Amino acid sequence: MYKVPGRIKNKNKETLQQMASFNKKKFRFSDWLAEKVIKAVAFLSIAVVILIFIFVFREAFPIFKMDSKSAAPTETLVQESYGGAETENSKVKTVDNKIASSNKKQTSSDKPSTSLFSNTWMPVSDNPRYGLWPLFLGTLKVTLIALLFAAPISILAAIYTAMFAKPRIREIIKPVIELLAGFPSVVIGFFALMVMATVLQNIFGYASRLNAFVGGIAMGLAAIPIIYTLTEDALTAIPKTFIEASLGLGASRRQTAFYVILPAAVPGIFAAVVLGLGRIFGETMIALMATGNAAMISMNPFDSVRTLSATIGAEMAEVVFGDTHYNVLFLIGSLLFIFTFALNAVAEFYFKNVVIRKYQSKK
Amino acid sequence: MNRNIKDTIVESITGICVLVIIFIIVSILAITIIGGWPNLNWAFLSEFPKEGMTKGGIFPAIVGTAIMTIIMAIAAVPFGVITAIYLAEYANEKSVLAKTIRFAVKTLAVVPSIIFGLFGLGFFIGFIGKNMDSLFSGGELRWGQPNILWASLTMALLTLPVVIVSVEEAIRTIPRDMREASLALGATKWQTIRKVVIPGSISGILTGTILAVSRGAGEVAPILFTGAVYFSSHLPHSLSDQFMSLGYHIYIMSTQSSNVDATQPIQFATTLVLLLLTFSLNAVAVTLRYRIRKKAK
Repeated sequence: MYKVPGRIKNKNKETLQQMASFNKKKFRFSDWLAEKVIKAVAFLSIAVVILIFIFVFREAFPIFKMDSKSAAPTETLVQESYGGAETENSKVKTVDNKIASSNKKQTSSDKPSTSLFSNTWMPVSDNPRYGLWPLFLGTLKVTLIALLFAAPISILAAIYTAMFAKPRIREIIKPVIELLAGFPSVVIGFFALMVMATVLQNIFGYASRLNAFVGGIAMGLAAIPIIYTLTEDALTAIPKTFIEASLGLGASRRQTAFYVILPAAVPGIFAAVVLGLGRIFGETMIALMATGNAAMISMNPFDSVRTLSATIGAEMAEVVFGDTHYNVLFLIGSLLFIFTFALNAVAEFYFKNVVIRKYQSKK
Repeated sequence: MNRNIKDTIVESITGICVLVIIFIIVSILAITIIGGWPNLNWAFLSEFPKEGMTKGGIFPAIVGTAIMTIIMAIAAVPFGVITAIYLAEYANEKSVLAKTIRFAVKTLAVVPSIIFGLFGLGFFIGFIGKNMDSLFSGGELRWGQPNILWASLTMALLTLPVVIVSVEEAIRTIPRDMREASLALGATKWQTIRKVVIPGSISGILTGTILAVSRGAGEVAPILFTGAVYFSSHLPHSLSDQFMSLGYHIYIMSTQSSNVDATQPIQFATTLVLLLLTFSLNAVAVTLRYRIRKKAK
C-alpha cells in the first residue's frame, strides 16, 4: 500500500487506505519479488551490526575461557614471533596438548583476566601483563582534553553562525567549517605530528613532544565539524516566533541567543556533544600519530599516553592469531564498540524522544 | 550603554571562535601545500618508491587506493541504494523493522573505524577467508590473509551509511505528484521505482558514491590489518594481493620509517595528494547536494 502524504489530514488517511485496499491490483510476481529482495537487502545493515557484535566478541571471549585451563600450572611457552629470548627449557611441551597446539601463551602464573586489572600494559615480554587501567586513563585524559577544546569553541562558533552572522557571511562560514569534516583523520594526525606538536611545545615548554595534550587538541579538530554542524542545526530548529517575540520585547540579539534560543536548544546541543565524544573516543589514526603511545599512569596532561583504539591499531598487525594478546585486543575492541553503541543509543533515544519532547513540545 | 558593550563583547567572542576554526583549517591547508607542492611532479605521481622508500614516487599507493575504493563502491553503492529505497519507499515509519534499520544505519555511522578493522580481521579473514581456503584450495593460505578484497569490503561497510543517507535524502525530494501520476497511469510500485524514483534520484546516488569514495580513500584504521602493506614491488593484480594506500603510506612514513626527517618532503607531498583527492571529490559532492536541496525547496 502506498504511503499517504503527510499533508493529508489523518481522517482522510484512513479513507484513502480503505480505497487503496478496495481496488487491489492483481498479483504481480515481479513486484512481489522486488519488494522481498529490497526488504532482505535493507535487513543487511541490521545483520552487519549483529555480525560485528558477534565476531568482535567471539575473538575476545577466549580470555575468560582460558582462566579455567590455566588454573593448572603449565610450563612456559615463549612466543617466537617477537624474537624474544628463546630458552630451550621454555619450549617444553605442555601437558595439555590442546593448549600447546593452539599456540596459547601461558607465560605467567597470572591468569590473563586478573592481569587485565593490573597497572601495567606490557603485552610483549616474558611475563606479559595486560593491564587495561593505563589505557583507560590515557583515553579518558585525551578525550577530556579534546572535548574541553572542541565543545566550547564549536558551540560558540555555531551560536555566531546561527544568531549573529549576516546571511551572506553564514553561507561562507558553514561550508568552510564543514570542510574540516572532509579532512581524513590521517591528515589531521600528520599535521599534529609535524606542526602542532612543535608549535605547542614551544609555547608551553613541556618535556615530551607528543603527549595527551597535542593528541587531544588534534582529536578535538576532528570532532569540531560534528559538534558545530549538529549544534547549528539545533539552534536553527528553534521556531522563528521565539526569536521574534524576544526581540519584540526589546531584548538584544545576545540576550535572545543566550536566554531564549540556547536553553531551548540544550538537548540538541547535548546530542551534538555526545556524538562528538563518540568520534573522539574511537579515533585511531590521530591517537596513533600524536599521543606518543606510551602506556603509563599519570595525571599530567603533558605526558605521553596510549589510548584504547591506538593500542589496537598499533599492536594488532604484529600479534599471532588466537594468542592471548590477540584476544585482549579484541576485548578492547568490544569495550570500544559497547561504549560507542551506548553513546549512540543515548543520543538517539534519550535526547530525541525524551528530552526534546519535554523541552520543545511547544513547537 | 552597558548592555551594548556586553553585546559587542559576547558577539566578538563567538566571532573569534569562528575565526580560530577557520584559521586552523587554512593553516592545515597552507602548510600542506607549502610543504608538498615543491615535491609534487609527474615523476612523483608515476614512479615506484626507490632506495628503501626514501626516494621515488607514490604510484602504487595511488593505484592501490583507486582499486580499493572502486571495489568498495561496487560493494557499497548497490546495497546502500536498495536500503535507501526501502527506507524511503517501502518502510512504514512506525514499524519496528524500519526503526531498527534506521538505528542500525546510525550505529554503523558512529562505530569507530578501528572496530571495522577488527571485524574485517575476525569475519572476512578469520572466518570467511579461512573457510574458503579449506573449501577450495585444501587449506593452502590464499584468502585467509589480509588482501585488497577484504580491505575493500571492510571499507564498504564503513561507507554504507554515507550512501544510504545521501540517496534517501535525494529520493525524498522527488515530488509525490510524479509518483502518483505514475501509479495513476497503472504502473506498479516497482515500475514506478524503476522508471520514476531511481532516475529522479540519480544525482543523489552520485553524491553518495562520491562522498563514500572520498571517505574510503582517506580512512586508514580499517585497512591497517585487513590488507594494506608498507611496500609492494608490484601493483595488485588479483583480489588476493595486498596493496599500498595513500593514507597508510602517510602514517607509515611519518611514524615508522627509519629516517623520518629525510623523507619529510615525500610525506608532505603524499598528504597533499590525498588532501587534493578528498577535497576535489567532496567539492563535487557538495555542489551536487546543494543543487538537490535547492530543487527540493
